[in-house]
Amino acid sequence: MKALLPFLAVVFLVLLAVVGVKAAGLYFVFGVAVPYAAAAVFLLGFVYRVVKWGKTPVPFHIPTTCGQQKSLPWIKPNGIENPSGTGGVVARMLLEVFLFRSLFKNRKTKMKGEYLSYSWAPWLWLGGMAFHWSFLLIVVRHLRFFFQSVPAPVQGLEHLDSILNWGVPALYITDVIFLAAVTFLFLRRVTLSQVKAITLPADFFPLFLLLGIGCSGVLMRYLKFFRVDVVGVKELVMGLVSLHPAAVSGIGTIFYVHLLLISTLFAYFPWSKLVHAPGVFLSPTRNLSNNSRVVRHVNPWNYPVKVHTYEEYENDFREKMKMAGVPVERE
Amino acid sequence: MAKEPKKEDLLQSISYKAPKTFWMDTPTQIKPGMFCWGAKAKSMNVVGMPNARDWNPAEEDWKLPENWQEILIEGLRERLDKYRSLRLFLDICVRCGACADKCHFYIGTGDPKNMPVVRGELMRSVYRKYFTTGGKMFGKLAGAREMDLQVLKEWWTYFFQCTECRRCSVFCPYGIDHAEITIAGRELLNLLGLNIEWIQGPVSNCFMKGNHLGLEPQTIVSNIEFMVDDIETLTGIRINPTFNRKGAEILFVTPSGDLFGDPGVYTCMGYLMLFHELGLDYTWSTYASEGGNFGFFTSNEMAKRLNAKIYAEAKRLGVKWILGGECGHMWRLVHQYMNTWNGPADFLEVPKSPITGTVFDNARATKMTHIIEFTADLMKHGKLKLDPSRNDHLKVTFHDSCNTSRGMGLLEEPRYVLKNVCRNFHEMPRETIREQTFCCGSGSGLNAGEDMELRLRGGLPRANAVKYVHDKHGVNMLANICAIDRATLTASMNYWVPGVAVAGTHELVANALVMKGEKKRETDLRGEPLPLPEEQTNVSARAVTEKAGGEANV
Repeated sequence: MKALLPFLAVVFLVLLAVVGVKAAGLYFVFGVAVPYAAAAVFLLGFVYRVVKWGKTPVPFHIPTTCGQQKSLPWIKPNGIENPSGTGGVVARMLLEVFLFRSLFKNRKTKMKGEYLSYSWAPWLWLGGMAFHWSFLLIVVRHLRFFFQSVPAPVQGLEHLDSILNWGVPALYITDVIFLAAVTFLFLRRVTLSQVKAITLPADFFPLFLLLGIGCSGVLMRYLKFFRVDVVGVKELVMGLVSLHPAAVSGIGTIFYVHLLLISTLFAYFPWSKLVHAPGVFLSPTRNLSNNSRVVRHVNPWNYPVKVHTYEEYENDFREKMKMAGVPVERE
Repeated sequence: MAKEPKKEDLLQSISYKAPKTFWMDTPTQIKPGMFCWGAKAKSMNVVGMPNARDWNPAEEDWKLPENWQEILIEGLRERLDKYRSLRLFLDICVRCGACADKCHFYIGTGDPKNMPVVRGELMRSVYRKYFTTGGKMFGKLAGAREMDLQVLKEWWTYFFQCTECRRCSVFCPYGIDHAEITIAGRELLNLLGLNIEWIQGPVSNCFMKGNHLGLEPQTIVSNIEFMVDDIETLTGIRINPTFNRKGAEILFVTPSGDLFGDPGVYTCMGYLMLFHELGLDYTWSTYASEGGNFGFFTSNEMAKRLNAKIYAEAKRLGVKWILGGECGHMWRLVHQYMNTWNGPADFLEVPKSPITGTVFDNARATKMTHIIEFTADLMKHGKLKLDPSRNDHLKVTFHDSCNTSRGMGLLEEPRYVLKNVCRNFHEMPRETIREQTFCCGSGSGLNAGEDMELRLRGGLPRANAVKYVHDKHGVNMLANICAIDRATLTASMNYWVPGVAVAGTHELVANALVMKGEKKRETDLRGEPLPLPEEQTNVSARAVTEKAGGEANV
């Protein structure tokens, strides 16, 4: 049920693009206005989010330490899982951002006979890595539409990605991995009991969007029926990026479906859980070094508080202290 | 008090299969055995908490202020602007579920609301409703909901079913630490006077009398005198500790749990014997007589108010540096908060061991060293005469405290110390120690009596790992460096793994410590007979004993 509304929302978007372009001929709206609006919402929202986090103070030094601290010289510290300086923090963040190190540690807890067992469960890590990396490479591949002459690295990537040389046009490996990974991420939300229990409609919406984007892209490329005018696409995109936009007709409706879903994803991004992407960089349990006994961490809003002073304490207990032989300030 | 469930029944009641209804549509039950009594008016008044009154969580009417929703939402707004952790963690969770089965309360209850992610969602759903456009527009569809009485009761129930152990944050790909959510949640609940008495009572005690237990100065002195007597009986050596002594080199601060009750007092006797043997120039304080801080389980401000005594007393007494005893959350606060709250401690010197000359550079700013770091350094420099065979009747494993492992990284030091004083040491499974350690089940002020079922459930993963090494290696002693562990794991062991006792690490150090001029020890610190050297088959063990005995006679 939780999946139904997000699914219908994506179906609606697909139909909207089809009707808007095919029936109403709104090429400018769907080819220019919508992408621009989405880009603007994305940029403004992204900046707003990051600035808002950035302006919120980090009052306390709270890294989660996942290894040995740097203490006595003869005890080997774990410089990455428990960084004592900037280098370690950078290494920890790089491992987290590029390799999802924490997720890699995942264990599944089960009762086996009398004992709890903790078995290594890398599937979410694998699915997450497959999705994020294939998505990144696909985005990089799409840069061919953003440059007059395709940059060599992009060409190199295209070559590598199609190295299997299956079919015409050649199959991109990332396309397969992307669709498989998103499907996996969807399936675990509807099948695994624990994941099902925590899933919200807002978790399905981006998955359906990504599936829609992936499917429309794949259909465009591999199915003759849906084949689009790539030259027209490049003309449109070049117009958009050079800020001389012009509507281009005759590209093929499915391209506008693809573009609207992408635009929606971008516009949705800053207002959703997708902001985990910039957010991870600001996470105070990961981006601080464990040096709080070496360097004083300052809380910008630290304020004086009411304490019970020693003088008040001695006033309460002076006679008892004297009886017990505890020295006092005033006899 | 609710009756403890039978072990079999408790285990059978745990299912990790999610119930049919979504958690948001499942009403919260406040079950006997699973919650702590509400804070009393008189405890709240001592420290000026709002809405001080006697109330009972089990009753329908919580005697809330009329505008409680407004107080709560405004309180949340204030904290969103003060803590990046809170705002960020409410924004970026993707509900991937990696944390779900990492929480000891989830493992022990199977209740989806004890999945860390859902504990976060309890607050996140309200955050969405009042602070995000999507939540305001789409309501429940966007996972948003009104703050009503049911939600409030849910918050109270589950923010007091989290021990702020931070295990979830180890596994989260973004490092989301649900302790931050619980800390903020409890602060907000405290704005409405919804603390539990097991926290509020110690807080007011600590504020007025210097320690959670409410021990007055003469009681602290006499409790330690009792231990001194016991040490004399055991070793023939009379120790003369000092209190509130100006001009001492070192101020020693430990949780008050070490001053009262088994097995904490044995750890305390360990400190006393070690310091005497070293001839350490140190003093106890009856004013700064608490290293722990239940204020931290109330609000940041309360924690700071209670913590202030440590530096204030160090300054008044004119000591050079501070040595801290074995405690979990105390050390998270000393390590990550104290200097920020109440520093800079520029009137102190960088801690330097007067015995080895080692400068504790890792405490350069805070000027406070952990006793395990101090003792490990002593052992490394061969400054202690140790006879580990005196612990041969013990098969020891080590329980890492949540706070010292995940909020500090004190992992090798206690192991080094233990391996120097015990010859039978066995680690629990990798997934249950070090940074992946499980909470005792009773941390963050939940170690009351009335919530015993909750504690036993939360203690299951730890106890189960102990059971594993108990069954496999015959482990009979669970060593730790935390006063709450000493107080609570005993109950957990008695229930889950009978036959395993609990000890502070310095108790085992003192068992092995060969003191100058001591008489032949007949028993360990607990009065248990020591294993006889004749019974040992290990030749080197006998050599150590004889060597130690020989030196003791000099």
